[in-house]
Amino acid sequence: MASATTAPLDALPPTAPRSGLFGFTRAQGIALVVMLAAIVVLPFFVYPQFLMKLLCFALFACAFNLLIGYVGLLSFGHAAYFGMGSYVSAYASQSWGLSPELCVLIGGAVGAGLGLVFGWIAIRRAGIYFAMITLALAQMVYFFCVQVPFTRGEDGIQGIPRHALLGMIDLGPDMRMYWFVAGVFLIGFLLIHRVIHSPFGQVLTAIRENEPRAVSLGYRVDDYKLLAFVLSAGLAGVAGGTKALTVHIATLIDVNWPMSGEVVLMTLLGGLGTLFGPVVGAGVVMAMETYLAPFGAWVTISQGIIFVACVLAFRAGIVGELAKWLRVKL
Amino acid sequence: MPDALPPTKTDTLLAIRDLQAWYGESHVLHGVSIDIRPGEVVTLLGRNGAGKTSTLRAIMGLTGRRTGSVMFEGRETIRMSPDAIGRAGIGYCPEERGIFASLNVTENLMLPPKVRDGGLDVPTIHQLFPNLKERANSPGTKLSGGEQQMLAIARILRTGAPLLLLDEPTEGLAPVIVQQIGAMIREIKQRGFTVLLVEQNFRFAQTVADRHYVMEHGRVVDAVANHEMASSLDRLHAYLGV
Repeated sequence: MASATTAPLDALPPTAPRSGLFGFTRAQGIALVVMLAAIVVLPFFVYPQFLMKLLCFALFACAFNLLIGYVGLLSFGHAAYFGMGSYVSAYASQSWGLSPELCVLIGGAVGAGLGLVFGWIAIRRAGIYFAMITLALAQMVYFFCVQVPFTRGEDGIQGIPRHALLGMIDLGPDMRMYWFVAGVFLIGFLLIHRVIHSPFGQVLTAIRENEPRAVSLGYRVDDYKLLAFVLSAGLAGVAGGTKALTVHIATLIDVNWPMSGEVVLMTLLGGLGTLFGPVVGAGVVMAMETYLAPFGAWVTISQGIIFVACVLAFRAGIVGELAKWLRVKL
Repeated sequence: MPDALPPTKTDTLLAIRDLQAWYGESHVLHGVSIDIRPGEVVTLLGRNGAGKTSTLRAIMGLTGRRTGSVMFEGRETIRMSPDAIGRAGIGYCPEERGIFASLNVTENLMLPPKVRDGGLDVPTIHQLFPNLKERANSPGTKLSGGEQQMLAIARILRTGAPLLLLDEPTEGLAPVIVQQIGAMIREIKQRGFTVLLVEQNFRFAQTVADRHYVMEHGRVVDAVANHEMASSLDRLHAYLGV
């Protein structure tokens, strides 16, 4: 008989057969091909610096979506993991001279470590209380970053070098950095897809849909939620770390609460609980911020209007509504 | 408290003594005592609000606070967490069935962790519930009420839990499906599973159970062996208001 102390992963059901290739449905497969094509072709037409930032935020939104879309937990403090990932990766690159893949990994590890502690505290509560606890903890991280010397306060860490990938390929030129960022994004994206379609992901889905039922079937749901939280925070740290190397700067903006709000906006706009929604949402929000920048405060106002329109008119988000309309899973 | 359980040497599988439970401030169970022997099918009868569902939830540890004693296979579970109780070998099938809508039939079936050997394998489950085989790839939302109920029961049969708590499995189902569920309960009894069944419909209960407990106001007020059912009808009518 399985004892109560068995780790939850021991008892996972074997993977149920899924239609499609690598767990992608046909529609998802087509969308993936389109996305890959866009990643390959777009840098020749669009400013690569913009695309790199976009991919970093897309990964951040995907990581956030793993938590809200598949576990049903609204974290309002994801800036903490993103921002700390960004700072630590920046510091590792500038002060220790580590190669970019290590900096990004360290950023991810710090995000995950922070996620483990914060998640452990927050998952005991649900709904608005969960959101408020994550926000409060994230603001503590913000004030920590304001105070400690290594973040250089209001100035932030500037002029971050990129160094050479694996000590061999210099990532100084933007196009080389672009392929690195695209690689990091794709690894994160596919990892999230794999997690969602694993037996572990099915238990997460079960928890989101009917938590008491998942409990009485014998799952320790807190362990599952925590693991998902750590994964999400870790990937947010990776996204933050990559972003710092991309734009050569890590500042308090990355770790402050509007960043947490922005990732909520990206995910909602693209479509909660869809695979491609956060990517599209990040694209739209980033495009607005970049191309509306000359209009100053209009960025915020138009973001607000879009957010209201999204909540009132198309709640499933861009990709969610599209999927509904085409009757496919995206 | 009356008890229809004759003195016996057989070990009880589930022995509940003075189980009290609360939802917040509201005291819903006032000292329930029940014994269930291995291989029995026992029903809890009673009107709406008598505490039948609360008894099942309290056994699973899903009520807010509970006191008393719930011994399962000689092991005290009153202080165990709900997931540990599930893993100890009690399978619970709630009234709302709890089919996960985003998962398909096979995924729903495979989701619960195996708690011990002796559960039914998938071919056997498909033999017992042919509908589930046909609809293996249908999403949980696309099932009829009867199919959902079968899936909810089937997935706990797979886990190997020897004791099944079924909460009104026949509610809202067509008579022909109710008959199928009855046949299925008799079948799993033959295979050695023990069942605690909550029912409003005592005519259905009569066709599957060995014994019946009657509940009123959060207490067990009577116990009737199935073969005494006919002679106790007047009493039951009075309790159940039917």
